[in-house]
Amino acid sequence: MNTIPQTNGGNYAIEITNMNKWFGSFHVLRDINLQVQQGERIVICGPSGSGKSTLIRCINRLEEHQEGSIIVDGIELSNDLKKIDEIRREVGMCFQHFNLFPHLTILENCTLAPIWVRRMSKTEANEIAMSYLERVKIPDQALKYPGQLSGGQQQRVAIARALCMNPAVMLFDEPTSALDPEMIKEVLDVMVDLAEGGMTMICVTHEMGFARRVANRVIFMDEGQIVEQNEPEAFFTSPRNDRTKLFLSQILGH
Amino acid sequence: MNTESQQVWQPIPEKPPPSLSIGPVGWARKNLFSTPLDIALTVLGLYMIYVVASAILDWAVFNAVWRGTADDCREGSRACWPFIQAKWGQLIYGRYPLEERWRVDATMIIGVLAMIPMLIPAVPFKKVNAIFLFVVYPVIAFFLLLGGRFSLPLVETPLWGGLLVTLVTSIVGIVGSLPLGILLALGRRSDMPVVRMLSIGFIEFWRGIPLITVLFMASVMLPLFLPEGVTLDKLLRCLVGIALFSAAYLAEVVRGGLQAIPRGQYEAANALGLGYWRTMLLIILPQALRLVIPGIVNSFIALLKDTTLVLIVGLFDLLGIIQLSFTDPNWSTPNTANTGYFTAAVMFWCLCFSISRYSQFMERRLQTGHKR
Repeated sequence: MNTIPQTNGGNYAIEITNMNKWFGSFHVLRDINLQVQQGERIVICGPSGSGKSTLIRCINRLEEHQEGSIIVDGIELSNDLKKIDEIRREVGMCFQHFNLFPHLTILENCTLAPIWVRRMSKTEANEIAMSYLERVKIPDQALKYPGQLSGGQQQRVAIARALCMNPAVMLFDEPTSALDPEMIKEVLDVMVDLAEGGMTMICVTHEMGFARRVANRVIFMDEGQIVEQNEPEAFFTSPRNDRTKLFLSQILGH
Repeated sequence: MNTESQQVWQPIPEKPPPSLSIGPVGWARKNLFSTPLDIALTVLGLYMIYVVASAILDWAVFNAVWRGTADDCREGSRACWPFIQAKWGQLIYGRYPLEERWRVDATMIIGVLAMIPMLIPAVPFKKVNAIFLFVVYPVIAFFLLLGGRFSLPLVETPLWGGLLVTLVTSIVGIVGSLPLGILLALGRRSDMPVVRMLSIGFIEFWRGIPLITVLFMASVMLPLFLPEGVTLDKLLRCLVGIALFSAAYLAEVVRGGLQAIPRGQYEAANALGLGYWRTMLLIILPQALRLVIPGIVNSFIALLKDTTLVLIVGLFDLLGIIQLSFTDPNWSTPNTANTGYFTAAVMFWCLCFSISRYSQFMERRLQTGHKR
């Protein structure tokens, strides 16, 4: 396959060029340009409806973009279902509402995709799943069902489930927004651990402490556009754009 | 006791609830005797149960004729059990030849033996069991019942009858209609316009016509359209008609379940790289079907009882054969019909009730304690 010429030397994990997306006639994403290096950790923030979730959902084709190009791990997203499946195998995702499979045990949640998509043997998949469940510190819950776990535990399972596919990139769509305050920390700890392990991550989140601690770059979006991006210290202390200032004053002010 | 700066928090210890509010006494107080009107209604209800139940018991048990001949049944209003004893063979086998009836018994026994380990969740080897039950067993049953091969004499389907026909039509209807209904439900929610339109067309067509019409078409009209020399067995035609009819209803039940599954489940499955069929088979259908067990079982029970309509096209199911036996001049007594209908009702009720109980058991078992 000749995918190398499209990837600027081939070391971008994700490369989005002039991407536009509409919901019906509503222009949700406008001229998005974003390059993510291998191992880079990006936090995207912005008011609700700014298109930040839609942006990361375009990366694994949960949403379809209409213009521009998205190249993930050297593979360009098109309508080719094979390419979409290839990309989805390389991109793990965690959702706001966890979306665990309630009819399967924690262990089965984690081994399902490795067995059916990666064609792993059941014992191998179990071993990998248990090692990731240990990494997110809940190996003892492996045989329970998602409904028996707290929100924080469920989200950690969701992270382990995505990691079991050994993805090149992890996407987080507001992973702590649906959690009680007591549980946010346990999820963030896992994400920090993941970041320190060198995972390429894009996180839509309003956890600014997390952004300061692990992000290489913070992106602020509004009205479907990338308004401003900078490394975290500069982003928080000296935002350049008025819209960013207003947003930061609203979320940091109280 | 604590120092002012450091208080130790102690939860209040648990206490049992007041004794009059729990247990059977509490239940009765709350549900049966809470107001004067409640008490009156409870007493009235108990009295009505007593009146009806005692009348039925008198008729069917205490005053019934248990032994004897038709002559013993001529007087009074009482159940005439000798009639059922005399006709029992017919109720089960219809006009299936006497010396071949062992084949029906064998089919039923093999079926039950294969079903029991399948229905008990704790028994292992479900895969082998399922293959036997859904692939091997139908072949065995086909050759055992119909014969004509392996030195078994041919028994044409017009000779079949009674419980045999009821079970064959309902089981084939159930087993045939569920997969088809699931496919139709998936088709109706498909993104592909042609598949969707075909599914909607099929479902709306079969739901729009009464089952009796389907059976008439299958038995009277269809042969007219078939090319010369091609004949399809009448029972087979009815089986296909019933399965297609029931599939349309099941499709809508299953679609209700599919719609109840949140979009996040599809997204999570897609994000993991599962394709359409794996997402459906591994993630969506197991949850959707569990949700609609009550609706599916409802359809199955309706199907089981609707098979009595095959009488219209000259097939004698359990009810049909009972009605046919009323015409036996040896048993023309005033109590024959009542006893026959009562027996049919009891047998159908037992079948339907056991399906219902088993489904409730499965519902509880498949409950994994979640709501999302």
